[in-house]
Amino acid sequence: MRGQYLLALAIALFLGVFLIVPVATVVYVAFTEKGGGGLTLVNFLDFGRTDLFVRSFWNSVYVSAMTVVWASVLALPLAYLTTRFEFRGAMLVQTLGFLPLIMPPFVGAVAMQLLFGRNGSVNLLLDEWFDFKIGFMEGLNGVIFLQAIHYFPFILVNLSAALRNIDRSMEEAAQNLGSHGLRLFRRIALPLALPGYIAGASLVFVKVFDDVATPLLLNVKEMLAPQAYLRITSIGIDDPMGYVISVVLILVAVATMWATALVMKGKDYATTQRGGGGLARRKLRPREQALAYAVVFFILALVLAPHVGLVLLSFATVWSFSPLPDGYTLAHYTRVLGDSSVYIKNTLLYAGLAATIDVVIGGAIAYLVLRTRLRGRQWLDWAASTALAVPGVVLGIGYLRAFYGVNLPDGTPLATLWIVIVLAIAIRRLPYALRAAYAALQQISISLEEAAENLGATKARTVRRVVIPLMTGGLLAGFVTSFATAAVELSAVLILVQSNSDAPLAYGLYVLMQTPAGRGAGAALGVIAVLIVAVCMWLSQLAADRSQRARGLDI
Amino acid sequence: MSKPARAVGIEITGVNLSYGATHVLKDVALSIRPGEFFAFLGPSGCGKTTLLRLIAGFAQAQTGKVLLDGQDVAPLPPWKRDVGMVFQSYALWPHMTVAKNVAFGLEERRLPRREIDRRVAEALDLVGLSAFAERRPAQLSGGQQQRVAVARTIAIEPKVLLLDEPLSNLDAKMRVSVRRELRSLQQRLGLTTIFVTHDQEEANTICDRIAVMDAGTVQQVGTPMELYENPANLFVANFLGSANILDERAGVPIPAGKRLVFRPQHAALTSPEGAPLRGPVTHREFLGATVRYAVRIGESEVLIETPFQSGNEMRSVGDQVGVDLPPRRMLFLPA
Ligand SMILES: Nc1ncnc2c1ncn2[C@@H]1O[C@H](COP(=O)(O)OP(=O)(O)O)[C@@H](O)[C@H]1O
Ligand SMILES: [Mg+2]
Repeated sequence: MRGQYLLALAIALFLGVFLIVPVATVVYVAFTEKGGGGLTLVNFLDFGRTDLFVRSFWNSVYVSAMTVVWASVLALPLAYLTTRFEFRGAMLVQTLGFLPLIMPPFVGAVAMQLLFGRNGSVNLLLDEWFDFKIGFMEGLNGVIFLQAIHYFPFILVNLSAALRNIDRSMEEAAQNLGSHGLRLFRRIALPLALPGYIAGASLVFVKVFDDVATPLLLNVKEMLAPQAYLRITSIGIDDPMGYVISVVLILVAVATMWATALVMKGKDYATTQRGGGGLARRKLRPREQALAYAVVFFILALVLAPHVGLVLLSFATVWSFSPLPDGYTLAHYTRVLGDSSVYIKNTLLYAGLAATIDVVIGGAIAYLVLRTRLRGRQWLDWAASTALAVPGVVLGIGYLRAFYGVNLPDGTPLATLWIVIVLAIAIRRLPYALRAAYAALQQISISLEEAAENLGATKARTVRRVVIPLMTGGLLAGFVTSFATAAVELSAVLILVQSNSDAPLAYGLYVLMQTPAGRGAGAALGVIAVLIVAVCMWLSQLAADRSQRARGLDI
Repeated sequence: MSKPARAVGIEITGVNLSYGATHVLKDVALSIRPGEFFAFLGPSGCGKTTLLRLIAGFAQAQTGKVLLDGQDVAPLPPWKRDVGMVFQSYALWPHMTVAKNVAFGLEERRLPRREIDRRVAEALDLVGLSAFAERRPAQLSGGQQQRVAVARTIAIEPKVLLLDEPLSNLDAKMRVSVRRELRSLQQRLGLTTIFVTHDQEEANTICDRIAVMDAGTVQQVGTPMELYENPANLFVANFLGSANILDERAGVPIPAGKRLVFRPQHAALTSPEGAPLRGPVTHREFLGATVRYAVRIGESEVLIETPFQSGNEMRSVGDQVGVDLPPRRMLFLPA
């Protein structure tokens, strides 16, 4: 009992210092007069009166909304195709779901510019053959294009799962009453899958709204998250505007989640259905089949474009004003693995530490919430989960402000230490590790623990000898996922990195990509990042499978 | 809807249907008359739902025909068949109100709005749910949901009505009242109706005729009384009410390859002397109006139900008794 109490206290302290205090600081500064005066709304009035900010705000709303629209345009036909027809390409489509996890949009931004920009490969060819160009990448379009390609699988995965879970009689009843085809899909299947769609769509909206690096790499500065970053890094941490923007970012994230919950209320159709199967899938006629494959390959080509572009760029000698690079070289890789290898080393170190912290704290919170009667234990869960609503750039600004004044004994400010980067990443990934820990613990029957206690083991020994071994598989999967996503985390890192020697790979990539000379090396770093993440994903799948077999859930 | 539409007959001939290696329907042939309330009765897994789905167009037979009103429906997809089906799970759409659910089929038929509103109101009125039009299905009780499902189906004025175990999700008390409602509704509409059930009491109480099914074959077709009085085989005899079955070892003459079958209430207990069927009482149950005895005859055990009146002589377990069975109550059925 005392052990649990101390554990809860330690976690509360950690969350308080590294999540609540920084965010509270941001909010507090946003509401105080510059130079440490009293509470005021003046900063927010300034925000509303500054054209640049208002424009940036609406740009961000526009880009996020349009990303959702275009992502839906890509996801809907694929979801319809794979869940309603016997279609061999379905497997292909399902694997698309993992691609955005492997590579965040900023990594491929420059490569996409080279493929789809004004003078990129596609437009050069279009110009030569048909005498026109398409402004894929012009201004905000570029951000929308890139984000939609990256995030549509979030919608696809949620939507197809929801479609597959629809009770088959729901659609048969509609057929029986005279409905069929697309009309049936629109009137019955789609509304029933709406909760799944909205879950995916709101996630995409928030992710795009909070993204700093992708717009900046495309040279789009007039969006809200980039403005927060630019404000703090160019004017300084005393300027209140960065904080005001941060508060607005938090509000938008919270409002989106709240609106989502509101729309979903009373729409949890899954519980009212037996689930299972969906309609018997129809075979496609040959012409439909050809069309279906055309659609799938077109979308697949789009999804793979950033990856292909990145690989090309990483091997290119010079690549500009031509559809393909002029020549190929390994020089970028030797450079990256040579003097830039510190980025890779840092990434492995930071992501490893952050993932460890997440699994330990996530596992502990899951245990306290599910297995003890500690008062207020639910608060730990809520506190950890609020990290979901805090954009990375806001957390970064919060750390900078909250810890800059705190000096170590030797006089260096706490905020400049590399460990702070690790903590920021850990806090950002904690909600995901927490879910994994919950899932792992929920699968363990409580009677196994009671049996151990009944045989004379103390609580602590039961945890050590029964709970942790049984949770290992789930926690390992959580660790690997945290590690993989931590390895490419950038928005918080961008603000916190003080020197190149402390920078992780994502930061190095960002810096290198800024200059034409660095692009090749940046792309090589990107390819390495993608490989690291891909291997992790594969490992986590392996861990999940193994733990399932170990528990005998697999036949 | 108020005026009975012209009722339609259903003709099923030579139907065989398999799912992979499982032969689900075997040589099924049935003739259902216009306006009839017809039941498919049989144990779970015997193929009732499959046969119903075949009529509705959700399953394809390898051989045989389904004729609606004399017309082969094979080329018609489910949405062109005009066959109203009420699903066992009701399949009400949770994202629509009751009224919207009922309006769905009419909207699909592109009827004018006023006509739709009128027919929705009429259908809901018919099942007594007018007050619930704006509710969601989740806000209704099981019985109410079932009536919405019926209203939704009859609103389109289908040629025939198919009900797949419509009472199975209701509690015992509801079942009795809902089945009466269904019967009177069917009478008013004059609609040819097929009612699927595994409960013989349900089928007996509301249906005109019953097809008893077992393992994918139709065992016998007839009115409830015909089936009870003259079962064609042991399965039917057993499935409709309880039946005693004895073979030639019982001590009475039985034609070769046949079994002697009789109902428990058709026999009486007598003294063992001179009785061709006799043995010890092995069990006695008091059921109120009747007393049920189990008597061992040879290797078999038979049940005898005698009316209970106070003052009647009761037998005890272990008593030797004779079984008195009038010859006209004896059925000899193929083994
Ligand atoms: N889609 C299907 N695929 C394979 N077997 C099926 C399918 N549908 C039904 N069956 C089999 O057909 C048999 C009859 O099923 P069903 O018609 O549902 O029986 P009932 O409604 O009489 O309980 C069962 O053995 C069932 O397992
Ligand atoms: Mg059935």
